[in-house]
Amino acid sequence: MQLYLPIADIPVNVFLILAMGAAVGFVSGMFGIGGGFLMTPLLIFVGIAPAVAVASVASHIAASSFSGAISYWRRRAIDPLLAAVLLVGGTIGTALGVWTFTFLRSLGQLDLMIALSYVILLTTVGGLMFWEGLRAMLRSRRGGPVTLRKPGSHGWIHGLPLKLRFKRSKIYLSVIPVVVVGLVIGFIGAVMGIGGGFILVPLMIYVLRVPTSTVIGTSMVLTLVTMVFATMLHAVTNHLVDAVLALILMIGGVTGAQFGARAGQKIRGEHLRLLLGLLVLAVGIRFAVELVIRPQDLFSIRETGGAPP
Amino acid sequence: MRLRASLAIMGLVVASLAAVPARAERLIVSVSNHRVTVTPNYSGGELVLFGSVEKDDKTPSSRGNYDLVVTVSGPRADMVTRRKERKFGIWINTDSRQFLQVPGYLALFSNRPFEQIASPEVQRRQQLGLNNVLLMQRVGPDFADVVPNDPFRSAFVRLRSEHGLYREATSAVTFLTPTLFRTGIPLPAEVPIGTYNVEIKLFSDGALVTKTETAFEIVKVGFEQFVATTARQNGLVYGLVTAFMALMTGWMASIVFRKD
Repeated sequence: MQLYLPIADIPVNVFLILAMGAAVGFVSGMFGIGGGFLMTPLLIFVGIAPAVAVASVASHIAASSFSGAISYWRRRAIDPLLAAVLLVGGTIGTALGVWTFTFLRSLGQLDLMIALSYVILLTTVGGLMFWEGLRAMLRSRRGGPVTLRKPGSHGWIHGLPLKLRFKRSKIYLSVIPVVVVGLVIGFIGAVMGIGGGFILVPLMIYVLRVPTSTVIGTSMVLTLVTMVFATMLHAVTNHLVDAVLALILMIGGVTGAQFGARAGQKIRGEHLRLLLGLLVLAVGIRFAVELVIRPQDLFSIRETGGAPP
Repeated sequence: MRLRASLAIMGLVVASLAAVPARAERLIVSVSNHRVTVTPNYSGGELVLFGSVEKDDKTPSSRGNYDLVVTVSGPRADMVTRRKERKFGIWINTDSRQFLQVPGYLALFSNRPFEQIASPEVQRRQQLGLNNVLLMQRVGPDFADVVPNDPFRSAFVRLRSEHGLYREATSAVTFLTPTLFRTGIPLPAEVPIGTYNVEIKLFSDGALVTKTETAFEIVKVGFEQFVATTARQNGLVYGLVTAFMALMTGWMASIVFRKD
């Protein structure tokens, strides 16, 4: 069934988009991530303009993180204070991100920047995850204990001022690194059309030392708010949010996520990290290849100004 | 809007009628539909233009072999053509050329190849063929069109043609009788909305005999068009509604799939 997307301005097959939403939803449910880093590239490969893909996926992630956040809230696995402090940085980061996005678009280099940041971010994070997962797997195979977090080890981050006690997470931490983490996630989220969960969760675990019980729920709250904010800003400044596309993605996504979550529970943690690392790495490499090989057409056209009324 | 368009058409008809006595022929044309509505599942269509050449007593009796060129041009807009080049091992946009107020849709139809209809000089002056149509560009400080084989111009025409938005067909006009003709105007799924001008030029023995104009309008209707208009005109409301829709979908999902 063909449907015409009003903002993306191309006809698409509804079932293809639904299937993509469900597939990405499955993966996101399985790994507990938003899946924006998979959805945006998929939409670009289908032929939707990168700018529209980034802006529309923001609202899709908002939907999936909201349903996730509700269930984590019921289980009291969200630290409201930590989420609030992260959000301070997240909101500023998102605004900066949307502004950068608009600026790059006017230069005609937005597509390049999206592709480049995907390559750098995904290959780095994917490589690290893969490596970490592989080591953990080998260690557990040799029978050694799997230690992710050395208790009692404090880095320079814990020496920073403005400390605050986050009761639900049971940590005592400076607000500076928390705000910075929020800012970084908000920024890359708005520019790249990703929720940033796959970066935020490791950052919170390894850098902020947030206990795993509240990590995912709290990160989902941050993702939810930054993505709602990003949707609004993209809609107001760039008029690029395709609501029809977003709705189809959401429906596919939230359904797929349920089955993904069930499948994820059957797989061991380090295997899951290894798989996720591989997946992230593969998407990064796909973008790198795209940039390096000679494009089929060296020329492209873009409309810059509408016809006079 | 509609009224204005039809007034404009009437004005054109009156103008062409007034211009008639000086010439010996006049063209009477009509398109099958003056207002094309494009629905969301529109996958392209075709309009038919038909008309006839009316002779009067001033027409030289020897004149018989008419040639006809139909130019359809859609709403105009500014566009940029960019060229990718390899830099630091990756392909990035480097050069660009701005095209000013060029038609979003452009089709040129005739009954036989342009070079058989008129001399190169007349072809250029009358803008016969995609190579001769004026496409204004910003070249450095100047506004001008460039030679047809300029890389940016030819890439622009080629890319628009690949989408079916620019086309040239030198056998599309059919003469049913020596004076009665018809041609189809194909409209792909991506046709831009707006007013389309149709210019019909009649040639005989390599010279322009007369010309006339008509117009039609393409409007998109339905939910999609409503969404697109809202997104452009009321960004804030649109953003709020989209965000609310996202939250509702997420909330619905958490209820539907609640395990306990």
